[in-house]
This record gives sequence, structure tokens and C-alpha cells, in this order.
Amino acid sequence: MSSIMELRDVTRCFDSNTVLDHVSIKVEQGSFTALLGASGCGKSTSLRIMAGLDRPTSGEVLLNGRDVRGQNAYERNVAMVFQSYALYPHLTVAQNIALPLTMRHLSNLGRMPLLGSFVPGATEARRTIMNKVVDAAKSLGLEELLDRKPGSLSGGQKQRVALGRALVRDPALFLLDEPLSNLDARLRIRMRSEISSLHRLTGKAFVYVTHDQTEAMAMADQIVVMIGGQVAQAGSPRDLYERPVHRDVAAFIGHNAINFLEPGDGINVGDSIVGLRPEDLTPNTAGSLSAKLEASEYLGSEIMLSLRSRRGTEFRAIAPGDYIVPTIGSDIRLAYEPQRVHLFDAVTGKRKSGVKHEAVT
Amino acid sequence: MKPTFISRIISSSFLVAGAAVILLPFVWMLSLAFKPRDEIFSTSIQLLPSRLEWSNFIFALTETNIPLFLWNGTVVVLGILVFQVMFAVPCAYALTQRRFLARKLIFGLVMIALMVPFHVTAIPIFLGFAQVGILNTYWALILPFIPTAFGIFLFRQFFAQLPSDLFDAARVDGLSETAIVWRIAFPLALPAATAFAIFSVTTHWNDLFWPMIATTDPNLATPPRGILYFRDEESGDNVGPLMAAAFIVTAPLVILFLMAQRKFIQGLASGGIKG
Repeated sequence: MSSIMELRDVTRCFDSNTVLDHVSIKVEQGSFTALLGASGCGKSTSLRIMAGLDRPTSGEVLLNGRDVRGQNAYERNVAMVFQSYALYPHLTVAQNIALPLTMRHLSNLGRMPLLGSFVPGATEARRTIMNKVVDAAKSLGLEELLDRKPGSLSGGQKQRVALGRALVRDPALFLLDEPLSNLDARLRIRMRSEISSLHRLTGKAFVYVTHDQTEAMAMADQIVVMIGGQVAQAGSPRDLYERPVHRDVAAFIGHNAINFLEPGDGINVGDSIVGLRPEDLTPNTAGSLSAKLEASEYLGSEIMLSLRSRRGTEFRAIAPGDYIVPTIGSDIRLAYEPQRVHLFDAVTGKRKSGVKHEAVT
Repeated sequence: MKPTFISRIISSSFLVAGAAVILLPFVWMLSLAFKPRDEIFSTSIQLLPSRLEWSNFIFALTETNIPLFLWNGTVVVLGILVFQVMFAVPCAYALTQRRFLARKLIFGLVMIALMVPFHVTAIPIFLGFAQVGILNTYWALILPFIPTAFGIFLFRQFFAQLPSDLFDAARVDGLSETAIVWRIAFPLALPAATAFAIFSVTTHWNDLFWPMIATTDPNLATPPRGILYFRDEESGDNVGPLMAAAFIVTAPLVILFLMAQRKFIQGLASGGIKG
């Protein structure tokens, strides 16, 4: 597999403000890459640079191995889906989807409303365009809506039209900028699987910007975590979950926020910060960690326990749904598997490797 | 607070009174236009003519140059409007959606130009046109009004509200910047454009100042200047045809406004669009 899109050592400054700081990202052919990060971390700027809507201050942008810094978005033939959908309000759904094709297949004269029909080949081009639009609309379930204006569509329908507009032109690369963040939770999960199936259907590379780690974990085969304008870690979802290279990455990944325990909280490994996920920490009378139970939330399949260590650090653990919760305020003991413990440097926050897990007491 | 019946009656009657004061001259004009000659100068005030006298209109339309004046007015007003829009819309788009050197400075200059009354620049423009030798042409009536600070300002305020994603999407879809202006930005700005068109057409249709300075040729007279001729030379004291002519000159504007009324108000209230 070769990389379709690559940012090589890209830096982007707005005035004196460095938004991207030596960022290198590789997107493999046919892969689904998620750029994950909090707002303002530079993930959208990276995407805009890939699209050709923004230019790097320094560094290279490679598409199919060729430097495309001088090319605009259209010449790169990338498709982009925006957070606000960015549908043209004055055009119908069909016209919205058709616009990229109209621009490509019809000359200036051929695009004219009436004159256009006299330009040789224009009628035929129009027919091909219409066929493609109908095909795209069918694959997204939009056939009924082709004559409507975007104003009368629901959020999910608008998002489908935006996807249709990207789909219809057969681009080299799909770029999606937080496409689901304006939808409600239920619809978001449905659109998530639709985007995934669209990815399988087209076989093209997708780059997907999101601040929601669940979306990234669920859809991507490569996640690039960005923090403060830099790539903190890039890897498969499993890599990021099991071996986060930095405590900030660990804090970002995972459905339940990871616990950080300092020396004196019960697990001492030198002066390291100990990262331990709530799902890896369960009540066990033979456990080595003891803490005071402060609250519990019954969630059906599991029970979320809020605990406080002797030193006063708050942390959480997950007990199975049939666990009998002791009275609030009592001390309980918790067990964990040593290989589930992540160690981070107290100063730099970097993952400490090579520390023997047996050393954990 | 919910308006009570009485307060509504009071405010309505104020509005009706205000409207009556403003409309009275027009009603009087209309009334005179339809009155036979002997009723116009009668001592008693009579709003309604005893019979409809069409001869005033016939006289105005056939015996005078009113049709020519209307044609001149149309050419000048449409010429001004088309060129204004052609330049103001791309300017406004560039000022909001493009990043370039001295953008703020240029917008500042537009704002300053907004505050300079036309009369200040009239004389230099007149002298310039005299040098170039285009006084007494249609161009002399059209050219000075093409750069419109008001138009740029109005469109800029409108474009500034449009999400920049929309234009990025258009760029990805392969539209050039010019194509974005005319295929995306301008259709969306139609309410603003309608408001602007009404302002522009009214101002220049009614303008007497500049046509008086720039043209002397009676064949280039716009409607207001035409009516002036009319009074002095052709019909003397003939008030009936004069009023009929005034009515003919005013009517297009009123009809235009009534047709565009809804869009006009939308444009002024800056019709919000949501993607």
C-alpha cells in the first residue's frame, strides 16, 4: 500500500500564532484516517491544507507522491464535506449534487440556462450528469428529495446531500470536517455506519476530522491524535488505547476517562504517574489498592464507582452489574492486572517503557 | 405589554394622518391630471373631477417629448444599475471573503467615500468630462455613479454574514472566484440587491442636479429635466398635461416599489440565510 496523501513536516502560522508545528501525517490508499483532537488543536487546519483551501507556511503536501502545494482544491480532485454542510441554499438538491460535475463537463457557454442547449455536446453532457446525480441520490436514499431546496431538509438529509455532492465526482480523496457534530446522538450513530459503508463502497481514502474519540475509534483504522498543533500519536485505535505514548493521549482515548494516580495514591512506581482505566479496575477483596467509596452510579450492565484515595485523589472504577455496593463512605479494595497499568513521566508526561510491571506494588 | 384596543386605534390614526399628509400632493396631482381644464382653476376645492378627462394624458404622450424622456430615464437608470452591480458585488465579495494586503484600509476608504456627498465631487467630474469631451452623452449621465460606496457597503454587510464554508465548498467543487461571485454569492444576495436596486433607481430617476450640469441637449433629458422643459416652453400654464406627465413619470417607481416591496424589506432587515 502506498500513501495517497502525506503532510511532510508542515508548519502553518497565522501572523505570530503557530497553528501547526512540524506536522507529518500519512494517509494510506483506501484507509480511513481520523484526525482527533480538542478544538483549536490544528486538526481542521491540517484538513484544509490537504484540501488545498489553505497553504502551509513551510513543509510539503504530497498527493499520490507528487507535490501539490501549487494546486487548488479542484485540481487536486479532493472532495470535502463540511461541518455546516455548506449546501447552496438557492439551488435544489439535484443542482447541489450536480454542481461539481457541471463545472467539469460543461463549458462556460454550455452552462447558460437557455443558450446552453445549443452548444454541441451539452445536452448529452447534461444527461450523463443527471444520471450520475440520480445514482448518487439513490445510494443515499435521496431520490424523493431531488427537487427540494436545502432549507426544507432535516439535518440528516442535509448531511446526506453534502455526502452526495462529494460522492458524485469520484474524487481521489474524501475529506470530512466534523460532519456529524450538528446531528443529534441517535442520528449520529446511524450516519456513522452510513459513512463507514460509503467508505467500503468507494474504496477511497477518507480523512475524518472529529473531536469525538468514540467516532474515531468506531470508524477509523488509523487515528492521528493532535494536541497543541502537533501530532501527539498516530496509530490504530488499539495501539492508542493500549499503548498511549503520552498522558494527554491516554486522557483523550477511551470511553471512560482514564484515572491518573500520583505516588502515594496506592500504586507506587518510583515517581511515575500511574494511568489506569476505570474498566481495568474492579472491586476485589483480595485487591492491593484500597480507597474510600464516595458514590456509585448503576448503569445496568455495570456500576460506576467514584472513589477517593488516601491522599485525596479522585478516581473511578467499574464494577459488574451484579456487584453489591457497600455503604457509601466505607473503604473497599480494588484489583487490577499489572499489564494494564500505564506509566507516565511525572514531568514530561511521556510514556515510560521498559519498566517491569512486576515492580508495581 | 399587549396593545389594547384603544392604543391601537390611537397609533393607527396617527399613521393614517401621517400617510394622508404625505399622500396628499400625489392625490392632488392625480386629481389634476384627470380634471378638465376649467375645473383646475376653479375657486372651490374639489378633490374628485366631475368627469375623467383623458385628453391631458393624450396631450402629454403625443404632443410632447415625454416618451423620449422616459426612454432616456430608463437607459440611464438601468445603465447605472447594471454597472453598479457588476462592480460592487465582486468588490464586496473580495472585501469579505478574500484576504489581501490593506483590506481594512480599502474598506475604510469605502466608508469615507460613503460620507462624501456627490455635490463635492460634481465639479471636478464635470471638468474632467469636459476635457475628455463626453459631456452631453449618455455616458456623462451614467459614469459618475458606477463606483458606488453605498452598494459596496450594502453587499459587504450581506456577504459578511454568509458562512465561509459555503465558499470553500464552491472552491472544492471547482468554481473560480468569479464563478463563486455570480453563481453563489449574488443569487444569495438577491434581497440585498433588490433593496439596492430600488435605492439606486429611485435616486437616479429623480435626480435633477447632475443631468442639469452634465447635459444641455434636450434629446438627452431625463424625466425630471424633461418636466422642467415642459413647464417653461411647451405648455405654459397648461397644468393638466403637466400633472399627467408628472404622473406618468412617477408611476414606474411606485409600481416598481410595490412589486419589490417584500424583497426590499427583507433586504434591509438583512434576510438571514441558514445553510
